[in-house]
Amino acid sequence: MTVRIALPKGKLLNDTATLLDKAGWKLVGYDSNLRNYRIKSERFIDVQIKVFQEKDIPVQVAIGNYDLGICGLDWIEELSSKFSTYAPVIIRDLGYGKGALYVTASRYGDVSTIDEVKAKDDVVHIASEYPNIAENFALNLRLKRFSVYPVWGAAEAYPPDRATLALISGTPEAKEFNNGIKPLANVLNYSARLIANRRSWEQKDLSEVLATLENIEFIPIFETTTETKTAIGASIIIKRDKDVVRLALPDGHQQKHTVNILNKAGIQIKDYPSTTGNRRPTTSLEGVEVTVIRPQDMPLQVANGNFDLAITGHDWLTDHKAAFPSSPVIELADLKFGWVKIVAVVSNDVPANNLYELKDVCRRADTPLRVASEYINLSDKYARDNQLGMYRIIPTWGVTEAFLPEDADLLIENTETGGTIARHNLKIIDTLFESTAYFIGAKNNQLSKIKKERIENLVKVFIDAVNKG
Amino acid sequence: MRIQKCKGTRDLTSRQMEQFRFIESVFRDSCLKWGYEEVRTPTLEYLHLFTSAGTLTPGTLGKVYSFLDWDGWSGERVVLRPDGTIPVARMYIDNENQKELARLFYITNIFIFEETGLENRERWQCGSEMIGISSPSADVELVSLAVETLRNIGIPNIKIKLSHAGIIRALLTGFGLSPEEQGKVFDHILDGDTAVIAQLKAQRPELVNLLAPLLEMKGRNAGFLKNQKTIFTSKLPEFVPALENFIKVTELLTAMGLKYEIDVASGTGFEYYTGMIFQLFVGDVKVGGGGRYDALIPLLGGKDIPASGFALYIDPIMDLIKTYHSDEAVGVTVNVQGKSIAANKNAFELINKLHSIGLKASLTLEKQLPSSGWLIQVGESFPVYMLINAGEKTSRPAETIEQVLKMMGGKK
Repeated sequence: MTVRIALPKGKLLNDTATLLDKAGWKLVGYDSNLRNYRIKSERFIDVQIKVFQEKDIPVQVAIGNYDLGICGLDWIEELSSKFSTYAPVIIRDLGYGKGALYVTASRYGDVSTIDEVKAKDDVVHIASEYPNIAENFALNLRLKRFSVYPVWGAAEAYPPDRATLALISGTPEAKEFNNGIKPLANVLNYSARLIANRRSWEQKDLSEVLATLENIEFIPIFETTTETKTAIGASIIIKRDKDVVRLALPDGHQQKHTVNILNKAGIQIKDYPSTTGNRRPTTSLEGVEVTVIRPQDMPLQVANGNFDLAITGHDWLTDHKAAFPSSPVIELADLKFGWVKIVAVVSNDVPANNLYELKDVCRRADTPLRVASEYINLSDKYARDNQLGMYRIIPTWGVTEAFLPEDADLLIENTETGGTIARHNLKIIDTLFESTAYFIGAKNNQLSKIKKERIENLVKVFIDAVNKG
Repeated sequence: MRIQKCKGTRDLTSRQMEQFRFIESVFRDSCLKWGYEEVRTPTLEYLHLFTSAGTLTPGTLGKVYSFLDWDGWSGERVVLRPDGTIPVARMYIDNENQKELARLFYITNIFIFEETGLENRERWQCGSEMIGISSPSADVELVSLAVETLRNIGIPNIKIKLSHAGIIRALLTGFGLSPEEQGKVFDHILDGDTAVIAQLKAQRPELVNLLAPLLEMKGRNAGFLKNQKTIFTSKLPEFVPALENFIKVTELLTAMGLKYEIDVASGTGFEYYTGMIFQLFVGDVKVGGGGRYDALIPLLGGKDIPASGFALYIDPIMDLIKTYHSDEAVGVTVNVQGKSIAANKNAFELINKLHSIGLKASLTLEKQLPSSGWLIQVGESFPVYMLINAGEKTSRPAETIEQVLKMMGGKK
């Protein structure tokens, strides 16, 4: 019986590669220059190894796509705190990739202890990349009223004015975080773990592979720590003027395009992009306050009133609208950068070249269609609207193309040139829409005259900058 | 691919629905006779209704079906109702709080995740709540109503187990626990983890002798509690108010001729109770339970008003009355002779007439004689109606609907 193993990319890759090298696996191509997600072992010829984002690994092992996996305890807990029935078996603490999860608050906010959080009568908002752990924390604390903002990242940007708490990852024993954030409670100490699917553990012989890891003395070479740097120029707003416009700017690869437009518009923002992780850069614009968050999180944060304006992709807004059709978020201006098209992709082996033919394949299938995507709401709507029969959505956190054909049947993915798709022996069968970056806001009739004018002016400045070409 | 029902759900077949409606009708009749009024709350509630009361344990709240609504961008979650009483208490605050005394009853489904999928995740229950009275007689009325309902359904050998939330809480205070520790241990007890009491006993061995009879023995009347009170009055005075309340309830139950077992450690699953707790068993099967929850309505933002209630669990009760047969009379079966519009019209006219006088009548394409009741063959021309008494195996022709009814002689 073939043994299938899921290995992490990202921060655990180097230590995992070193460990497995010491264990004699003789992996080919599993290093920081990773080019192929399917890895060969010269020692275990028949073992199938695939590389995933660390966050995807507990899910892939839990549902039985993989027998063994390596990932951090934090992501295992995030899965098993909600779906304990499917919790994978934890075989070994591998001792590297150490960190801790903390419930944090801003030193400029109104809570500085857990008891003060418990005593709050109004809604306690918690921003986190770990929404299930955050919800468990709130339930165990018996918070009277809480809501969790599941975010793609940058949770530390939210307290104190957009969330009471942020549940974030940091170094073990962390005392201080960036952006004026301080830990109130440690909820989990984690490190990399070797895990197994429950059924595989009960029914498959994994001993040959496991024996190689049994007695290895392993000292991590690439111990991963998140260094805390002091953010300069952080401007934490404690009491905000009602006329101040709250603008969200993107982090990540959209930053350079955004800076380009800001420059053309003559808008200066200090410390953006930041080398210190500063999420609250200052700006020369009067009456405008800037916060840097993930573009994926912007539509929800504009909808719930935490921001007045944001720069995000049309794709992420469409995904948001698929989940919340009556959301007040609207597009104010096309910024014409970050062009991608959102496509439906299948393996070249699937006998379908368009949506119509795929539906025929679905009709004849005796298992549910597995749809993998980062855009889970959009994919759900696509499958529903196009009557793809029985289907399952598999949420992913990147490298989605690696899922086909073994671990998914259809991808809803963004692409610029289609090159990556073709390289992975995949084909596009449908284009859902094209997407560029947009300036977004919310329908709001309650704005003051000054604020309304400021928003209109800012939108105009951006449109003019775009038109400069 | 064959599409199956969701894991942990249950279809109710036509046969089971007969049982379900029978239980429901007996319960409704009993409640109406005792002066209770029927209410219904929505299936969807905000999650914060259940978290703000602070009354459901994290273990229970971790198993609710919660999700973001289509307009849930604020992060506010909604849930499929995980409990029957809390929504009724919310509804009382919203709509009925002008009443000094509200006797309410409901028949509803609740949703709780169950890991194996072998037990129902959707459960049906019928419940009664009495809001506005704190007297032991109110508690006893509810026990009586619950037992009467089960007896009228035809369930014999009902066992009543009694506990008291006030005593469990006093017990935790007696072990010297901080309020926070008390809360955690209480949560464990409510989630069914009785080992936690054994651990506590190890921490305070001097209390063991005093509490052992109360925790480990099963009393059968108020005397058991009165004996216990003689020890506690001087040594553990914090137990006395709850014990006195418990004694009054048990004395009244005895006076009503109801037998019961006092088992203080049996508080499992009763999260918001403050006073007497009762559970109803048939053999080892739990078929219902309830108790006093004086703090719930104020915790939900209502006025300071006492309340108590119970719920009967319809699913296990249905399993206990497998032998139930509907005594509803066998009706009339109408068979159309031929395919003409006129024959079909005559048949439908006859069925409508039979329905209008309260008879059960349905159309059949079967030519076969039913085992009982009447079969009426309907044609276009003479004889338009042929009445066949299936039981007696006799037949007679009729020309008009009026003649049919006369010949049936009002027999069903």
